[in-house]
Amino acid sequence: MLKFIVRRLLLLIPILLGLTLLLFVFIHLLPGDPALAILGERATPQNYARVRAALGLDQPLYAQYLSYMGGILHFDLGHSFITNRDVVNDFLQRFPATLELSIAAMIFAVSAGIPLGMWSAKHRGTWMDGLGTVGSLIGISIPIFFLGLMLKYVFAIQLHILPDSGRLDLATYGSIPRVTNFLLIDTLLAGSLGGFWSALRHLILPALALGTIPLAIIMRITRASVVEVLNEDYVRTARAKGLPGRVVDGRHVLRNALLPVITVIGLQTGLLFGGAILTETIFAWGGVGRWLYDAMTTRDYQVIQSGVLMLALIFVLVNLVVDVGYALLNPRIRYS
Amino acid sequence: MTATADVHPTELEQERSVGLIRDALQRMLRNRSAIVGLVLIAIFLAVAALAPFLAPYDPTRGDLLQSFKPPSAQHFFGTDLQGRDQFSRIVFGARISLTIALLSVSIGLTIGLLIGAVSGYFRGWVDSALMRVVDILLSIPGLLFAIAVVAWLGRGIPQIAVAIAVVNVPIFARILRGSLLALRDTDYVTAARSVGVRGPSLLIRHMLPNALGPLIVQATLSLATAIIDAAALGFLGLGPPDPSTPEWGTMLADTYPYLRDAAYLAFFPGMAIVLSVLGFNLLGDGLREALDPRLRR
Repeated sequence: MLKFIVRRLLLLIPILLGLTLLLFVFIHLLPGDPALAILGERATPQNYARVRAALGLDQPLYAQYLSYMGGILHFDLGHSFITNRDVVNDFLQRFPATLELSIAAMIFAVSAGIPLGMWSAKHRGTWMDGLGTVGSLIGISIPIFFLGLMLKYVFAIQLHILPDSGRLDLATYGSIPRVTNFLLIDTLLAGSLGGFWSALRHLILPALALGTIPLAIIMRITRASVVEVLNEDYVRTARAKGLPGRVVDGRHVLRNALLPVITVIGLQTGLLFGGAILTETIFAWGGVGRWLYDAMTTRDYQVIQSGVLMLALIFVLVNLVVDVGYALLNPRIRYS
Repeated sequence: MTATADVHPTELEQERSVGLIRDALQRMLRNRSAIVGLVLIAIFLAVAALAPFLAPYDPTRGDLLQSFKPPSAQHFFGTDLQGRDQFSRIVFGARISLTIALLSVSIGLTIGLLIGAVSGYFRGWVDSALMRVVDILLSIPGLLFAIAVVAWLGRGIPQIAVAIAVVNVPIFARILRGSLLALRDTDYVTAARSVGVRGPSLLIRHMLPNALGPLIVQATLSLATAIIDAAALGFLGLGPPDPSTPEWGTMLADTYPYLRDAAYLAFFPGMAIVLSVLGFNLLGDGLREALDPRLRR
């Protein structure tokens, strides 16, 4: 097992090296000159040369790449060209918001998707299964931003039962010290139950919007996988020897059917980070998605390069964890 | 068996592959969801083709006296801030969304097919190198990647199509490579090899036709995601450069500030996206069932 994990970790090195190279080349292909962007109308030739030198843009490309890589090894991913703030700090400050939202969306997707898929599979061929299949297809077909707008319209604007944007009520906003930047945790640390309740209420609509597509995908995979397992001989044997249905479903069916579901859950993380940009825009949620989007539209090279790199790193790490979990659950994988 | 024993192997194979396609078609036409999907797609294609005849108003010109009219007999889907007819805009928007979707999937499929074929056929270091590149590309969230490409190439329908194609390339390449690897050790490929079929001929005539199934399914599903991605770019303000272009995602973004008073402005473009995407998803699902040999029992 240890060998498996080490081998997977070693495989990450070329991927991450390639990724930095790709991002670096790509970013330098982007049109526009950051030095000019910073200077704007104050761009005299002297100023221009000074700013380019300050940003290291007067160095040859390979030297720029090497110094960037050197920085990465010291966890220094540079400063924003626009705000001059440390990129790693900015990322770490915003990432908890995105993570909180993604985790909530995933909890919603998994806790609803697996039982619904299982239910659909057990009733396969009936109208209930048909309803589940059509419902999950519609779930996959709704764009996050449209679903978000509709949820906001119904629950915030029409029914007034949930807040329409932000992460906390204005009244509590200033009174909560930011320790972890996970507001559900920070409000509890501050001993503010009202704040916790407010944070939770703000989380519901964005999490529903972001979680619906993964929910539908998890439901479909679970259904397909359970249908396959239900036909297995060992399931028939388990029933034949008189085990109660509940035990067969839990210990024999679900346990074997969950393997592909776990892989899909891992793959959904990438989708969540992409979807977070849209969700964060609609619900004014201050996470990394919106931050990166702003960086791309203002051509803040350093932020794009480092922000995407960090997101990609998290994505491959999550997939590594999923693969290891998969191998733990399924010994057949380890030796192939 | 004896009757076919003296038939040339390629003839046998051709006969079987025609049978396979016909079989798949028949099974697809028996699949209700595929039919519903086909009908939805046909409607949207017809709307796109006949847009100038179907749209009662100019999609880009408005009448300020008619702004923010709710749906009525004159304006089926109401009018927006500038008094433009929403129905006409959605009808013309079908052209833009379908063009981007078809263009992006064609580009993505072509490049993905090349990479996947080279990788799955040659294996060895070529395969390793190409698949590492694919791994890298897959590690970047798709929408972020597309935004970056649009930021690089500039806004415009071809640029958006290329951005979405770039996201699709690694997916197609990975799928085709997988199918080809699975085919390499099948009996009929070994048989073809043993009678001296080599190189491109083995790949193109024997392996590719049998590896295309999963790719066709993925292409159909990719058309669905391409429509969503194009609308997402539009929603984020990265749609076609002319702000009066009736692009569905841009329309949704434009109506966003008026959600409280004119929710119909968001509802109709949103539903256009959902229904067209649903059409391709239903068809893709039906095709998957029709082409999957395991479900043929």
